[in-house]
Amino acid sequence: MSQASADFRLHDFHGGLALDGHKAVSLEVPLASAGLPERVYVPIGQHQGEAGDLLLGPGDQVLAGQALTSSADDFEVPAHAPCSGTVVGLCERPASHPPGSRRRCIEILNDGRDEWVAPTPLKHWAECPSGKIVDHLHAMGLVGLGGAMFPTAAKLRGPWGAIHTLILNGAECEPWISCDEMLMRTRPEAVIRGGQVLAAAVAAERVIIAVEDDMDGIADALKKALAQQHGSLEMVIVEVPSVYPQGGERQLIETLTGLQVPGDGLPQDIGLLCHNVATAAAASDAVVHGRPLTERIVTVTGPGIQRPCNLRAAVGTPVAHLVAAAGGYRDGVQRLVLGGPMSGTALSSDEVVLTKGSHCVLALTDQELAPRPEPMPCINCGDCVAVCPASLMPQLLFRALAADRHEQARDLSLLECIECGCCAQVCPSQIPLVDYYRHGKARLGLKDLDQRRAALAKRRYEAREQRLAQQQADREARRRARAERLQKAGGARDEIQAAIERAKAKKRSGD
Amino acid sequence: MQFPLAGAPHLPPTKRVDRVMRQVLYALLPGILAHWLVFGWGIFFQIALAVGFALLFEWLMLRVRQRPVRMFLSDYSVVVTAVLFALCVPPLAPWWIAAVGMLFAVVVAKQLYGGLGFNLFNPTMVGVAAVFIAFPIELSQWLAPRTLSPGLPGFLDTARAVLTGQTGHLDWDGITRATPLDQLRSGAMDRLRIPEIREDAVFSRFGAHGWDWIVLGYLAGGLWLLRQGVIRWQAPTGVILATLVVATLLWLVDPDLHPSPSLQLFAGSLMVAAFFIVTDPVSGSATPRGRLIFGIGVALITLAIRQWGGFPDGVAFAVLLMNMFVPLIDRYTQPRVYGVQR
Repeated sequence: MSQASADFRLHDFHGGLALDGHKAVSLEVPLASAGLPERVYVPIGQHQGEAGDLLLGPGDQVLAGQALTSSADDFEVPAHAPCSGTVVGLCERPASHPPGSRRRCIEILNDGRDEWVAPTPLKHWAECPSGKIVDHLHAMGLVGLGGAMFPTAAKLRGPWGAIHTLILNGAECEPWISCDEMLMRTRPEAVIRGGQVLAAAVAAERVIIAVEDDMDGIADALKKALAQQHGSLEMVIVEVPSVYPQGGERQLIETLTGLQVPGDGLPQDIGLLCHNVATAAAASDAVVHGRPLTERIVTVTGPGIQRPCNLRAAVGTPVAHLVAAAGGYRDGVQRLVLGGPMSGTALSSDEVVLTKGSHCVLALTDQELAPRPEPMPCINCGDCVAVCPASLMPQLLFRALAADRHEQARDLSLLECIECGCCAQVCPSQIPLVDYYRHGKARLGLKDLDQRRAALAKRRYEAREQRLAQQQADREARRRARAERLQKAGGARDEIQAAIERAKAKKRSGD
Repeated sequence: MQFPLAGAPHLPPTKRVDRVMRQVLYALLPGILAHWLVFGWGIFFQIALAVGFALLFEWLMLRVRQRPVRMFLSDYSVVVTAVLFALCVPPLAPWWIAAVGMLFAVVVAKQLYGGLGFNLFNPTMVGVAAVFIAFPIELSQWLAPRTLSPGLPGFLDTARAVLTGQTGHLDWDGITRATPLDQLRSGAMDRLRIPEIREDAVFSRFGAHGWDWIVLGYLAGGLWLLRQGVIRWQAPTGVILATLVVATLLWLVDPDLHPSPSLQLFAGSLMVAAFFIVTDPVSGSATPRGRLIFGIGVALITLAIRQWGGFPDGVAFAVLLMNMFVPLIDRYTQPRVYGVQR
């Protein structure tokens, strides 16, 4: 394990915002368990991708860690039971996104015995072929824990060239969220081990672990844990500036390497792979302890929470249960947010259940949400241009979208927007810019779908036309052949004779 | 428990249009104060008249266009327009100057184009250009600064002159005087060399007669705005740098024909424009490089008008001309989008 390069050269990404962290408040208390609720609702198909087939039915007994769904490919990630008990059945629970939608969940009645299936660690993983490691991680239900829940296996193997560098993303740039910092503080060795596992899964030559420079003692903790590990893998721990959105995959890659991920490509296209530190720790648990991904650390914080803290919580726990574990709400709670204040989703109800990607529950009071004034017209101040990490022209995008000129917005690279919220935050006219962009992207998506449908319909139409023409041609050919036969010498008589013969034969067989 | 929904970000806003506009007004205070010390009470009458007419026209147009009156009247944008206009007209200009100026600034340039955020041209400069063309005599009658005046008109005399357009017992020839730029222009017409023109009393050592102090006031206010993050450095830098470079080159080539760079920068309204007009977000460029180009363009056109044009100072026309190029500038100065090759 080398641990060199104190002089790691960092680069800047464009724009971004320096925001108040508010992280200390949830880091003061030690990590605790939220405990299991009486009923858990394990979301199915919570990751990006399809849901696999159900393996259990109503009334079945289930053990903690038991797979609930099957998996046919890398995009169908199995879900596992976080507790032992009885399967009640399928149900629909409120989902965080899109607002007002519902999500299919398996309801399990917790029997409180916490009986686990026998762990299935991947022995001698360091000597295993990479495909076997990926299969194992997939079977243990791993998805990206940074929020997007992209299936880990689908990220580890695909049609791209060699991966030379694995980046572990510990740059937790949104205010209030501290679950990754808490993880790195309490389990640095799991993060390091997970980095080795993930690097082995893609045969990467080196690992960069990025943490923010205002994380107190985290880099040292990781370095200490690194010093106790053995191996030939090059591993570096780098402190990056705490600027929002430093933790964005593309921004972090630019900070660390100076390279930009192609707009229509993936980090893998330039030999890089980026995973969240929590995903790494989960990979370590899956391989070393054979433990499937059934719980994660969630920050429950904000001025509207009695005792802000970080909690280990089971996937499928209702948000209300977490809030109760953190002492309940304070007076004047105005808004409940899943995620951070910059890009999180406001929840209409605390019945929403945790998914593998839920990293923060934030309760805000009317004090910091001073009623937003009515949006004013855009004054073209360009503040949004200055902060946009994707180097877009947000004000031009807004004007295009406000006038329903979606194709113009596409030309202005609307699809490169990462929805970080920086533009809306600095807008002096309080225009909800991100809402416009999301809506615009959805409209462009629908339009593309329409176009694909139209193209498909056109293909079908053309195929039908061709088929009809073919039939017509065949008929024509038959008719011509018959005509030729009739015109041959004695053709007509022969034909009539043949028809009489046929009729006779038919009559005979009918008798 | 149920909660109301709202879009991200879930943080209080950091900047507001009305606060930005108020900060611009604060930044004008040093210049206004210097103006008062040098030219007397006139500036306050001009500000009061311009603001009054501006609010009146804005209110009328908002009513006619059925827009939320209170929201737009309280955003201070029209006040900024009016105060900047007042700073550009002579202190004793009669009231109809402000009325006509604000008619063109607020009604034509701003509201007829769609109100705040939609005007293609800088409203103040449209107003200034309109009165420059409509009332060339009134607009050329600048007061002599305190140091060169037999006595600045008092408060009541100023009030009478501004509100009636009558000078009364004031010795008009005594108290008015050509500005340095007027002198340069008429001197050039008489085929005088610069050193001969500069023998006039208005050209003294730096800071002797007050024009420079007013400009320094604007500079101080502008730098404060920069510090506050209300304006960005590109546009003012473009104006000042382009002025200095071009004026210095010409001056080095032939100091007899071309005024010195400091005279170009401190005479007329180039400095106030650099920090308060060229930085207008609505009618200016929104990209960093675009702002620089916009500022350079304003400086170059202003110098050209001073050299060859029919008006002693051409800032208003320079800004309006550059306003026309903003969509083009914005289009070709877009930053390179992340991950997209140009």
